[in-house]
Amino acid sequence: MRLFSDSCTAVNKGTTTFTTITQDILRDIDQRQSLNHFLSVGKDSAIVQAQQSDERYAEEKPLALDGMVVAVKDNLSTRNFPTTCASKMLGEYRPVYDATVVERLAAHGAIIIGKTNMDEFAMGSSGENSAFGKTLHPLNGDYVPGGSSSGSAVAVAAGHAHASLGSDTGGSVRQPAAFCGIVGYKPSYGRLSRYGLVAFASSLDQVGIFAPDIPTTATMMDALSGHDANDATSANLAPTQAMATLDEYANKSLTIAVLPEEIIKDCSPEVLEVYKQCLDILQDNGITLLQAQIPANDAWIPTYYVLATAEASSNLARFDGIRYGFRAEINNDDDDIMTLTRSQGFGMEVKRRIMLGTYVLSAGHYDAYYKKAQQARRLIYDGYEHIFSQADALFLPTTPTTAFKFGEKLNDPIAMYLSDYFTVSANLAGIPAISIPAGNAANGFPVGMQLQTSLFQDERLLSIAHRFQQLFQS
Amino acid sequence: MKGLYATAVLRKFALLCHAKGRIFYEFTSKFTMIENYEAIIGLEVHAQLLTATKAFCRCSTSYSLSPNAHTCPVCLGLPGALPVLNSKVVDYAVKMGLATHCSIREYSVFSRKNYFYADLPKGYQISQYEDPICHHGYIDIEVGEESATKRIGITRIHMEEDSGKSIHDVDIDTLVDLNRSGVPLIEIVSGPDMRTAREAYQYLNQIRQIVMYLGICDGNLEEGSLRCDANISVRKKGATEFGTKIEIKNLNSFRNVEKAIEYEIKRQVEAVESGQILMQETRMWDAGTHQTKSMRSKEFAHDYRYFPEPDLAGVSVSEAMIAQIRQSMPELPLARKQRFVSEYGLPWYDAGILTETQSLGTYFEQCCQSLGEQTKERYKLVSNWIMTEVLRYLSEKGIGIEQFPVSPSHIAELVELFAAELISSKIAKDIFPDVIGGESPKSVVERKGLLQISDESIILAVVEKILAEQFENVAKYREGKKNLFGHFVSSTLKELGGKANPRIVTKLLQERLQ
Amino acid sequence: MENTQQIVERVAELSRLSFSEHEKNIFEVQFGKILHYIQTIENYDLAAVEPLTHIVTNQSSQRDDVPAECLTVDEALANAPKRNETFFKVPKVLQK
Repeated sequence: MRLFSDSCTAVNKGTTTFTTITQDILRDIDQRQSLNHFLSVGKDSAIVQAQQSDERYAEEKPLALDGMVVAVKDNLSTRNFPTTCASKMLGEYRPVYDATVVERLAAHGAIIIGKTNMDEFAMGSSGENSAFGKTLHPLNGDYVPGGSSSGSAVAVAAGHAHASLGSDTGGSVRQPAAFCGIVGYKPSYGRLSRYGLVAFASSLDQVGIFAPDIPTTATMMDALSGHDANDATSANLAPTQAMATLDEYANKSLTIAVLPEEIIKDCSPEVLEVYKQCLDILQDNGITLLQAQIPANDAWIPTYYVLATAEASSNLARFDGIRYGFRAEINNDDDDIMTLTRSQGFGMEVKRRIMLGTYVLSAGHYDAYYKKAQQARRLIYDGYEHIFSQADALFLPTTPTTAFKFGEKLNDPIAMYLSDYFTVSANLAGIPAISIPAGNAANGFPVGMQLQTSLFQDERLLSIAHRFQQLFQS
Repeated sequence: MKGLYATAVLRKFALLCHAKGRIFYEFTSKFTMIENYEAIIGLEVHAQLLTATKAFCRCSTSYSLSPNAHTCPVCLGLPGALPVLNSKVVDYAVKMGLATHCSIREYSVFSRKNYFYADLPKGYQISQYEDPICHHGYIDIEVGEESATKRIGITRIHMEEDSGKSIHDVDIDTLVDLNRSGVPLIEIVSGPDMRTAREAYQYLNQIRQIVMYLGICDGNLEEGSLRCDANISVRKKGATEFGTKIEIKNLNSFRNVEKAIEYEIKRQVEAVESGQILMQETRMWDAGTHQTKSMRSKEFAHDYRYFPEPDLAGVSVSEAMIAQIRQSMPELPLARKQRFVSEYGLPWYDAGILTETQSLGTYFEQCCQSLGEQTKERYKLVSNWIMTEVLRYLSEKGIGIEQFPVSPSHIAELVELFAAELISSKIAKDIFPDVIGGESPKSVVERKGLLQISDESIILAVVEKILAEQFENVAKYREGKKNLFGHFVSSTLKELGGKANPRIVTKLLQERLQ
Repeated sequence: MENTQQIVERVAELSRLSFSEHEKNIFEVQFGKILHYIQTIENYDLAAVEPLTHIVTNQSSQRDDVPAECLTVDEALANAPKRNETFFKVPKVLQK
């Protein structure tokens, strides 16, 4: 992995330049093409941006993200790169505008190295649902890197970027971060603009950040957050000051909520073992643990899938072959261009979710499914409020298992959906959540532990996460 | 303003047609027993709002010659683009709600209406479904003769966005233009309170006038800035259950609204009478064949899958905002029309013409204010002058009253000149071009020496001269050829250069010829 | 009550998707299972609970009625599968 602070130190010492670092990274990406983590790489543009960063460093007027090599998930709209969402539907699509977060990356001097592979339209937990081939786990090519932000996680884990952007609708940043042994952060809903993020489930989607460590994550967050007038769901809050407050919880007495045994017990033995070790470390360091009860925990996944698929069925209606993207060939007069285009352009998992979402919204089912799910969502939100009135944060595993083998869950949607068990509730409640590396399991794969806190307390979350990461590393 | 003059003419024409329609109606009713039925009619009116920008993006709503020139990621439905609500849309919707006595909802939300169509870029329309911003209001419409009114309920008014346009007849393929995509609309849904095509016409006309008075829509049906769909069912008189509701689309002119509804009522009654069971469906009015036609059944197998729009927070309307909007509300057309009748003593017909647009009514009132003598007779003279000479001029020039070059005080002056018999109405008309040129009526009259001669001694001298010259005619007149009287009048007037007061000429001639 | 096969066919039509017989068979089984699974929500008594539709409900999310620059026509049509002059061009079959 490549630490941004190390690169900055080296550049400051004069032992290297951002241009050289960028060239090294481009070479490394080339050498490990088999990972299939990038869908497009911007060689020339990255070098130009690196040179500009070097110039500003030389003039001692660096921007916040100068020299930071960043990979961007391929569902964020970019003028300079295709934006495919790993779908045949958008195989040839070339946006005419930049997502707000991409604009802000550029405005703060980041070097955008390329666009990363993913599960098609961010639907999946394994990286297997890409129209352009699966992304491999950097440690073992037989295993999944997690998803849906597979390529962005792998890019950071493999040292091919200092940080990357993903999107997290039900765990799509935190889960691959856990599988790949890096930090994966989903900010509070509304803290990073969704303008230009190709929507999967609008009320749950949030742009997320991958990095090897918390300081890099905080640096990114401070630069990218802040109200965006182009996103009506953007929180009207000033940018975070996470770097400035990173040590605020370093020595504070902390009360951390943990889930009851019966919720945790279904985790794999490897994950359980690491989880228990972590609890010991926390207690050894004087942190108070508090058993917390979250209502409706067996409704988390159903609630999530009802809301996410319903919104997705509507969000993906725009892919009809009329104005952009793939258009099917018409063979006979009865063919409907939209049906043909959509049937040929979308992969199976996407179609499955559109179908489910259409069903739950269709006449006679709205109250039974969608409305009920929104009501359950309120219960979950209120439950979290209650926890955070007693504790500073909630601590829980990110995933029930470590990385699994390709194909293992592909034909069992419910098993695949259950791997999101610990992550979806944060999206439902809109609260910030982060996965931090907690060491390796007995099987050699990384395990991630998750912290969640109350809505818009992103600085607190990052500060506590910073302290925990240091505890777990030592 | 050409439209307005045309409306005045058309109205008379429509009244005529209506009368003919009634005869036709009565004729056919013998066969269909139509008089045993009543129609239940509700209208859904879409009004395109006169905002500078679209509802959810900052693209201009102005007309563009080039297709797809007023588009952006949002109204093209590009992946990742998000809507942001134009606050003026809320203002305008509330304005219409207040004008139609609606309750304004403190908090309302947008919903997505999901359906696929080539000119619907996102595959859904952002609209309001549950809890629209305005609800439960009413308007009064004119029915029958003179000032009788009927109250029509307004079920709801909601905000939504327009779709783009599909053009089917230029290429072998369909062509899509998204300049209109995202233009804000309000949909005004009436209660099922109308019973005749005429009432539906009056309702639509009233809605049109209100949106124009409020300045929130240009009210143009032909160009589609005002669109109307009708829901129609029929039932036996006295029945309490509604019949099968049928929706009629494509009513893109006032005449079509009335004709289509009349046609549809007759069609439904005939169908019911012949034992058919009507199916709920959507029909299109075909203005060419004067018939409604069933649209393909698939089109109305609707399942719009409405759900709250997650990309937009709800819309809050505060008491303060309502108070502020209420203050900016103009007097509404029907109230103004009623006031013109009571305050100026105008006939109902005149008041209707003068309040057709807000600016014409204002012009009329300004003229009246400039009158030296404030009497109902003078107001009526002003009304006559505006309805004939002024509207004719505007119609010929194709301009509005806003562009009319004559100041209200000059119109008042002109009216007063002939009211005081200082000039004849013929001279008033003759000098109108000079007045339009900018000169004051008094100055034209003086400059051209056109002041009317009312001095009886001068006129009497001429009368005696004429009668002496035409002694043969005088003899014939006395023998009974009474129609020669007009000849004496015109001869006298001619002798006096057209400036003599015709009333006095007539009086003196009558005296002399007795 | 519709059976799963009927549901799948009706929903596919609403979604503008078509499936091969083979896909349909797999799909019907999975779909049935998923629907059964998500019925877990029904176990909760939620009658008195207000639905949560939006996390962020700030009023500043509206904007003033001030125009901004549009895309150029070429940008607007840059990704069009087919165009005619500056129109998007779509096969006629869509006409209803």
